[in-house]
Amino acid sequence: MEGTNVRLISGRTAVQGQNLDSKLTEKYFDEVARCDMNGSDMEKLGVAKDDTVKVTTAYGAVVVKAKQDDGNPEGMVFIPMGPWCNAVVSGDTHGAGMPSFKGVDARVEKTAEAVLPVKELMRTYMG
Amino acid sequence: MVEVTDVVCSLCGCVCDNIVVEVEDNKVVKVKRGACSVGKSKLLGHERIKSPAIRENGELKECSYDEAIKKAAEILYKSRRPLLYGWSSTVCEADREGVELAEDIGGVVDNTASVCHGPSVLAIQDVGLPGCTLGQIKNRADLIIYWGSNPAQAHANHMKRYSYVSKGYWTSEGKKGKKLIVVDVRKTMTAKMADVFVQVKQGKDFQVFSAIRTMLRGHEDVVPDEVGGVPKEQLLEVASMMKEAKFGMIFFGMGVTHTGARHNNIVNAIQTTRAGHLYGKWTIMPMRGHYNVTGFNQVCCWQTGFPYSVDLSRGYPWYNPGETSSTDLLARGDCDAAMIIASDPGAHFPGAALRHLAKIPTIQIDPFANPTTEFADVVIPAAISGIESAGGVYRMDNVPLRLRKIIETDYYIPDEEIVKRIHAEVRALRGKEGE
Amino acid sequence: MADGELLIKNGVVYDPINGVNGEKKDICIRDGKVVESVTNPKVIDAEGRVVMPGGVDIHAHIAGAKVNAGRTMRPEDERKGVEAKTKVCRAQSGYSVPNTFATGYRYARMGYTFVMEAAMPPLLARHTHEEMIDIPILDNAAMPLIDNNWMTMEYVKSGDTDLLAAYIAWMIKATKGYGVKVVNPGGTEAWGWGKNCNLNDTVPYFDVTPAEIIKGLAEATEKFEMPHSIHVHGNMLGHPGNFETTMDTYDVVKGIKPYRDRPTMHATHTQFHSYGGTRWGDFESKAGAIADYVNKNNHVSIDLGSVILGDTTTMTADGPMEYSLYQITGRKWTNHDVELETGSGITPFLYSAKVSVHTIQWAIGQELALLIKDPWKLCLTTDHPNAGPFIGYPIIISHLMSKKRRDESAESMHKAIFDRAELPSIDREYDLNEIAIITRGMAAKTLGLHEHGKGHLGVGADADVAIYDMTPEERDAGNIQKAFLNTKYTIKSGEIVVKDGEVVAAPPGRTIFVTPECDDKLMDEMLVTLKDKFDKYYSVTFNNYPVQDAYLPNPYEIKAPWRSS
Repeated sequence: MEGTNVRLISGRTAVQGQNLDSKLTEKYFDEVARCDMNGSDMEKLGVAKDDTVKVTTAYGAVVVKAKQDDGNPEGMVFIPMGPWCNAVVSGDTHGAGMPSFKGVDARVEKTAEAVLPVKELMRTYMG
Repeated sequence: MVEVTDVVCSLCGCVCDNIVVEVEDNKVVKVKRGACSVGKSKLLGHERIKSPAIRENGELKECSYDEAIKKAAEILYKSRRPLLYGWSSTVCEADREGVELAEDIGGVVDNTASVCHGPSVLAIQDVGLPGCTLGQIKNRADLIIYWGSNPAQAHANHMKRYSYVSKGYWTSEGKKGKKLIVVDVRKTMTAKMADVFVQVKQGKDFQVFSAIRTMLRGHEDVVPDEVGGVPKEQLLEVASMMKEAKFGMIFFGMGVTHTGARHNNIVNAIQTTRAGHLYGKWTIMPMRGHYNVTGFNQVCCWQTGFPYSVDLSRGYPWYNPGETSSTDLLARGDCDAAMIIASDPGAHFPGAALRHLAKIPTIQIDPFANPTTEFADVVIPAAISGIESAGGVYRMDNVPLRLRKIIETDYYIPDEEIVKRIHAEVRALRGKEGE
Repeated sequence: MADGELLIKNGVVYDPINGVNGEKKDICIRDGKVVESVTNPKVIDAEGRVVMPGGVDIHAHIAGAKVNAGRTMRPEDERKGVEAKTKVCRAQSGYSVPNTFATGYRYARMGYTFVMEAAMPPLLARHTHEEMIDIPILDNAAMPLIDNNWMTMEYVKSGDTDLLAAYIAWMIKATKGYGVKVVNPGGTEAWGWGKNCNLNDTVPYFDVTPAEIIKGLAEATEKFEMPHSIHVHGNMLGHPGNFETTMDTYDVVKGIKPYRDRPTMHATHTQFHSYGGTRWGDFESKAGAIADYVNKNNHVSIDLGSVILGDTTTMTADGPMEYSLYQITGRKWTNHDVELETGSGITPFLYSAKVSVHTIQWAIGQELALLIKDPWKLCLTTDHPNAGPFIGYPIIISHLMSKKRRDESAESMHKAIFDRAELPSIDREYDLNEIAIITRGMAAKTLGLHEHGKGHLGVGADADVAIYDMTPEERDAGNIQKAFLNTKYTIKSGEIVVKDGEVVAAPPGRTIFVTPECDDKLMDEMLVTLKDKFDKYYSVTFNNYPVQDAYLPNPYEIKAPWRSS
C-alpha cells in the first residue's frame, strides 16, 4: 500500500503526563511512540491498530505504532509530545525561538521496521 | 501513618493545593483526594536515579555528589558559552541560584517557555495581557473558551477547580450556568464536553481570530463564508455568545503557540479578548504547562529584566528569542556546554537541536532518568521538589504558592543546593587560577 | 552591619526630626547605630558637605506582581537601563521598571535607605517579598491592599468595626505587611465586572459606597496602635475635575481620632487627584484648593506624585483607570484582577512637555509642595513609576529649591502652564531643611518609623546616612540635581555602601512588618467567616495562604497592640 500525505501535530496526553518522571518505562513507550489517525486514513494505508507506520518529514523519519482516533480529521496525524515526534519536527524557529511542533507536512506509510526504544532513538543523535 | 493536608502539587501549571496524602515510613502511600491522575502519579513516585554519575568511555559510572559537582563545575568553568536550561520543574530558590550562576559564568539562561509559551510572552511584549487570577473565573465566568488547549488531557483538574465545572460566588450552579466553547483542529476529549466545538483547519487560527474580532467590532459583512475551515454561521454564533457573556475567558495552549504565526496568533487572541471587552468583562490566560515555568519567568525577569532566553555573556543581559533561545543556540551549534536542570530536552527538543546537545559536555540535574540522561556527561540526582523539599512556585495565573516538604531524604540534595555548590566550585576554580 | 566604628566629621547636618538645621556636627557610629561617641573609628571627613539621614520613600512600586508584569511587558524599558555587572554589583537593567538589583543600587546612590512598597495584593504577597529579598541594601516594607476585599465590604455593610479590625489584623499578619492600603475602594471590585465606582456610588452586589469603606477602614485601623494611618489612593484618580472628590474623600475621616499625633489618612500621589476642569480641553490645576485644604486641616498628610517628563510605566491597583489610560494612548496594556481582593493595570505612558495636560500635571506636582505651608505634611514621591521613575527625584528637588530652574523649564513646556496652572507665579524656594523633611523626616514620622531608627540621626537611630557632594551654599540647580543623584557617601547600618557615586558594598536589607494584636475570641469569630470564603470562593486553601517565614530572611517586627481606650 502506498503512503499518504498528512499534517502532523503533537501534544500532551494524560498517560504521557503520568509518565513524565518515568520516560524509560514500557508505559511511556506504549503511550508516546504512537500516532493517532482517523479510521479512514488507516484504511487508506492498510494498517490496523498497533501496526507500525513510518512517518517521514523533511527533517527525519520515525517509526511508531498506529492507533485510531476518529476525533482527528482526515489527513491529520497526532503523535504525543516526546522523542518520537521530535525526530521529525523542524528545529527552525523562524526567528521566534519556537520550533514547529505542530503543522509539519509528513508522509505516513505502513512499514515492517520496528519502533526504536527510547535509548536507541537517542543514540541516533550521537554522530 | 500520618495524614498530610494542603499538599501543593508539583506537576502542572494548575498547582492544585488542596491535596491530601497519607505518609507512612517516610513514603507517600496514598493520595486521598485533590490530585488528578497525573499529579497522583508524581506523588506516589517513580524509580529514581540511584546515584550521581560521571560518564567514562561512554558509560555512566557512579560517584559521589562531591565528585559530580566538581566535574560539573569544571565543565562550566572551561566553557566559553554555556547554556543553563530547564528550571520549570524546580522551585524559585533554585531558579535564583541558577540566574546568579549564569551571570557569573557568562552563560545563556533559558527555561521551557522557550518551547512552550514563549510566543505568549512575545505577544505580551507587543500588546500586554488582560488577565486575572483563577478564582475570578471560578466566581464570575459564564463563558469559557479553550482554544488550542486540551485540559482534559493536559490540566485535568482545571475545569473542576477553576473554570467550567467549578462553583463560585456568582456561579453557584456550576456547569449549568455556563457555556463552553472549544476551538481545536481535532475533536479532543475536551471538545467532546463543549456546547460548541469549532473545528479549525490546522494552522489557520490567526484567520479565525481575525474573523471573530471583525464581527465583535461590528463588521461581519466583510467576513467571507468560510474562514480557516470554519463556516461563517458558526463564527457568528461564537461572536454572539461572546457578546452576551457577562464574564468571558479564553484559555489558550500549544495549539496556538506552536503553529504558523506563533506569537502573532496570541496577539490576535489578546486583541480578540479586548474586542469582547466592549460588551462585557473579558480576560485571557495561557495554560502554562509545568508547575513552575511561570516562576522561572518571574524570577528571571525581576533579576535580569527579561523573562527567558537571556544571554549574559556580555556581563549584562541580552534578550533576543530566535537568537538567544535554546533550540536556536543548539541548532546553530552556538553553545559549547549545557547544564540541564528540572526539564528534559532529550524528550522535548527537536532532533536538530539534539544532535548538538549530544556532542557537547552536558550536565543533568534531575530526580529521574530520562532521554536527556543518554546525553549527560555528569548526572546529579536531585531531591523532588514538593515532596522532599519545599520552595516557592508560581501558578499559571501568577499566584505564588509554596510547595511543602512531606517526606525526609537523607541522601538526595535539593536543586537549590546543588546549583549553589556547583557555583561555589566554579568560584574555587577561578580562585585557583588567580582570576 | 558593620561592627566597627565610624566617625563622620565636618558634615553640615540636616536632621529635622531632631531639630538639627544645618549644623556642623559629628555623627558617631558603632555596631550599625548612631552613638554618643566613638574611640577608634574609621573617619570620613565630609569637608563641609551636606549630611542627612538616609532617605525614606513613603510610596513606590518596586516589588511584586504588577512591577514584574511591567518588566515582562517592556523589554524596551529594560534595554534602556542596562549596566554590566561589577565585582560588587549584579547586572542592571531598566529605567522606569528597573530590575531588583538596579532598584537597590540606584536608590542607595541617591542616599535612600528605606523604601515602602506601595501596594501589595494580599493573595500575591509572597511575590512582593521574594522580590524584596533580591533588592540589595534597602530596608523595606509593603502595604497590603485591604479595601476591595469582600470581607472588608461585608463588615463595612454590617457595621462590625471590631470584626473588620480583626480581619485587618489577620491580613497584615498573613501578608507580613505594614498597614492598610486603599486603592480605588469599591471601584476595583466593580472592575471585576468591567465597571467602576465614584466615592458615593454603590459597589455592585456589595451595597456599600467607597466612602463607607474608607471610613470603616480608618475606624478599624485606629483600633490598634498602628504606626501608619490608612494609606489612600482615592477614587477618580486622573479624571478632570476630580479635586472635589479628593476633598470629599479627605472629609470622610475628619471626625475619626487617630491613636496618636499623626494624620488619620495619608493621601497618596496627590498630583493625580488635584485636577480641575470638566474634560481634557479645559483641564486645569486645582493644587491651590487641595493645598488650602491641607493647610487648614491636620488629619490628612500627602505625598506628591510629581511628574518626571519622559516615557514611564503606569501601574496601579486602579484597574479601571489603567484601562481608560490604555484607551487614550492605544499602547500595550496588561490587567490582573485578583480574586476576592483587588486588581491591577499596567500601561506605558509618555509625559510630554508639548502636551498641555502633561505640562499642567507637571506643574501640579510642584505647586502642591510650594503651596502647602508646612513641609511636615508632605513627602516627595513620583508614585514611582506612575508619574515618573524614582531616579528623577533629584530633578524635583532642584526645581523646588530653584525658582530660576522652574522658570527655565517652563519656557520649554506648553503655554498652558501660564493660564491653567499656578507654578510660574510662585516664588517660594525650598531650603535644605525642608528638603530633608520631605525626603526623610516626614515619611519616617508618618510611617511611625522614627521610633524604629529611621529618618533621623539622633543617638540610637540606624546608622543610615547620606553625604551629598555639595555644600549648603550651593544654589545652582544643576549641581543640586547632580549631588542628589549620586552621593559622596551612603552609609547603611553603619556600613559604607556607596562611595563617590559607586556602589562599593551590597548587603541585604531588612523587611519591616507590623503585627497587630487582637483578642482571640474576636479573631476566631472573624475566622469562621474568612474560612468559609476560602472553602467556597478562593482558589487556594486557607493554610497555604499566609506568607511563610522563609520569605523574610531578615525580618524586623513592630507590634501594634489593641488600644486600651
